Amino acid sequence: MDNSSKVREFVVENFLFGDGEKLRDDTSFMEEGIIDSTGILELVFFLEETFGFSVEDDELVPENMDSLQNIARFVGRKMNAGSTAEA
Amino acid sequence: MQVLQRRRRFRTEFEDAAFLKHLIFIMCGIVGICHIDGPDGVSLDGIKSMIGALCHRGPDETGVYLDDHVGLGHARLSIIDLSSGGQPIHNEDKSLWIVYNGEVFNYPELKKDLLQKGHRFYTTSDTEVVLHLYEEHGPDCLAMLNGQFAMAIWDAKKKELFLARDRVGIRPLYYTILNNTIIFGSEIKSIFMNENVARRIDPVAMDQIFTFWTTLTPRTVFKDIYELPPGHYMKSYRGKVTLKKYWDIPLYEHAEQSDMAPQEICRQVRELLQDAVRIRLRADVPVGCYLSGGLDSSGTTALVVKNFNSDVRTFGIRFDSGGFDEGEHQNLMVSYLNVNHTEMRATNEKIGAFLPDCLWHCEKPLLRTGPVPLFLLSDVVRNSGYKVVLTGEGADEVFGGYNIFREAKVRRFLAKYPNSQMRAELTGRLYPYIFNNPRLKRTLQSFFARGLDQIDDPIFSHFIRWENTSRIKAFFSQELNEAIGQYDGYDQVRQSLPDNFGRTDDFSRAQYLEMAIFMSNYLLSSQGDRVAMAHSVEIRLPFLDPRVMDFMARVPAKWKILGINEKHILKKSFEPILPKEITGRPKNPYRAPIKQSLLNDQTLEYTKEALSEESVKKAGLFDAGKVTKLLRKAQMVENLSEIDNMTLVGILSSQLIHRQFVRDFPLRNADPVVPALVVDRRSEALRAVS
Repeated sequence: MDNSSKVREFVVENFLFGDGEKLRDDTSFMEEGIIDSTGILELVFFLEETFGFSVEDDELVPENMDSLQNIARFVGRKMNAGSTAEA
Repeated sequence: MQVLQRRRRFRTEFEDAAFLKHLIFIMCGIVGICHIDGPDGVSLDGIKSMIGALCHRGPDETGVYLDDHVGLGHARLSIIDLSSGGQPIHNEDKSLWIVYNGEVFNYPELKKDLLQKGHRFYTTSDTEVVLHLYEEHGPDCLAMLNGQFAMAIWDAKKKELFLARDRVGIRPLYYTILNNTIIFGSEIKSIFMNENVARRIDPVAMDQIFTFWTTLTPRTVFKDIYELPPGHYMKSYRGKVTLKKYWDIPLYEHAEQSDMAPQEICRQVRELLQDAVRIRLRADVPVGCYLSGGLDSSGTTALVVKNFNSDVRTFGIRFDSGGFDEGEHQNLMVSYLNVNHTEMRATNEKIGAFLPDCLWHCEKPLLRTGPVPLFLLSDVVRNSGYKVVLTGEGADEVFGGYNIFREAKVRRFLAKYPNSQMRAELTGRLYPYIFNNPRLKRTLQSFFARGLDQIDDPIFSHFIRWENTSRIKAFFSQELNEAIGQYDGYDQVRQSLPDNFGRTDDFSRAQYLEMAIFMSNYLLSSQGDRVAMAHSVEIRLPFLDPRVMDFMARVPAKWKILGINEKHILKKSFEPILPKEITGRPKNPYRAPIKQSLLNDQTLEYTKEALSEESVKKAGLFDAGKVTKLLRKAQMVENLSEIDNMTLVGILSSQLIHRQFVRDFPLRNADPVVPALVVDRRSEALRAVS
């Protein structure tokens, strides 16, 4: 399963309780009321556990967390930064 | 015993003892049946079984009036005129008969006028005063009453039924119309004792509850069962039923508002509140006080102690969990006022175990567990020998205490410059307990920035709360969604608003919405009358005295919430009689634990059973697959989010309501009633028919 699919599955199971039909890649979690403040913390915990990076306080912004698309970009950047640092 | 057997399924062993103990009570409420089109006979047994379902409300005595058109029943909790106040009560020529639930606090003053006009009284009760006032003024008498009441008056000469309810809806009254017959009662269960009344969940009501936390008046969660809206009366005369509003929540335009200095406002508030407390201490039994440690109950208790009764008995709730418990401030007030205080510890186990019982009395799904500790507290009050308590409810609505008012003010402020970081910082001061995690700051600010382009919408102040609650509707079953169809609750609210709503200030509008929707049907019901009367305890609410409400409605918004300092006027008014630690503390909303109460060792089994795939499918209200996933998540996640907690209790309570009232309603098992007074005026012919 690729990274985007893992995130989608987590969001659908935990916040939509299985009903992911209408969840598009650019659906805003906030505007659609899919995730609230506590939910964001659950999401961050999941990202850190699954992908092994830390989310800094100043990264916890809607531009990184408010849709599957934004998360995918954010995860991609973090993973790249991680591999660059390792190299 | 069948009732017990059915309800025992939800119970754990330790609660049975407490439950059985309550059965020794016979239970103050009113019931009745009225044929709209003409005489059709009324059965004595039918009225008795309706009263039997309300035995918790009136344990002291029951009475019945019957003729060929109407049957009235009353279960009495004696508070005033212990010896002669039995109902139904009649006027001089016995042409008017009344059954009445509640209190009119200004009855001694009203009685003086009536005596001068030549009315004669055979009791010393407030009920008889209300009846004679009706005889003198008709429905206009309602505007003269300062109290909390629901009543039915039968005019045996005109053959006219009059039903009425107090201004804000402190006392309940429900009705249905079936085959040209009005069937009414203080609680819905009494109406359901008529086997011809269908017991069904109303899909639109479910949509309303899972948006507004309650139904919109006059709807109830049960199809075709309505509440008589607060501030309304109903008449049935010559085959026609009419409903009329006699009072509305006061709204004043800027030009009508007071230009008094804040110091003068506070002085007058103190005087009004003191008098509101004074007349609410009128009773032939001792009156206690609820004391939580918050500003409102501390203020009312201090007014009692310092002006009327330094020995007043007080009662308060304690929680296991620090986030909910107000013990520190409660203890401070007990020492400060030197009162005889009893605290009731609401453990998570007790809250969960008594939720089914509490729902039996609330008669509606709940999105919080807050009503349960209040249900448990009234039991302690009753066992301490008290039937009446003063409470601080209503202060947040009248004086502006709720976060939702401050939130709306900040969001309006933010809407002027949505990109301003400084303005956004204010949101953090609104909810310090959820903004205490700095990581969430930007996310939360985005959360409160939703809908900022909607500031002209009359429901702007409540939009975020209602939208958030609506998320739970994702759990509705397909069948329920189809039955709800295109119904739009927001539109119904917009259309129900009074003409001058748009001409008042933003804050008054938010207060109106809060009082019209949440206060009457949730706060005064599920956290008020219903959970107190479950143990035959009457609550009295000085902050909802109509004089206090009207005075505060004329106070400009800038003084009610100064900056974002809530209840500014009330805090200043109470400064001379309360310690600084109380007037200076930020509001701590009353809440009770949810997940910890419903999923602990003692309650997990009944929660799992009520939320099992089989139970959920049988009730047909929710999507069983999603409910299973929610339950799994709730068991796994340590800190369940606010919305998941609300979803959990919302679904569980709906399931239990369906089970207790639709599936397993104990139709033939009301408590046996032997009326102390039966006035039987039925003709022989119709007596035989009924």
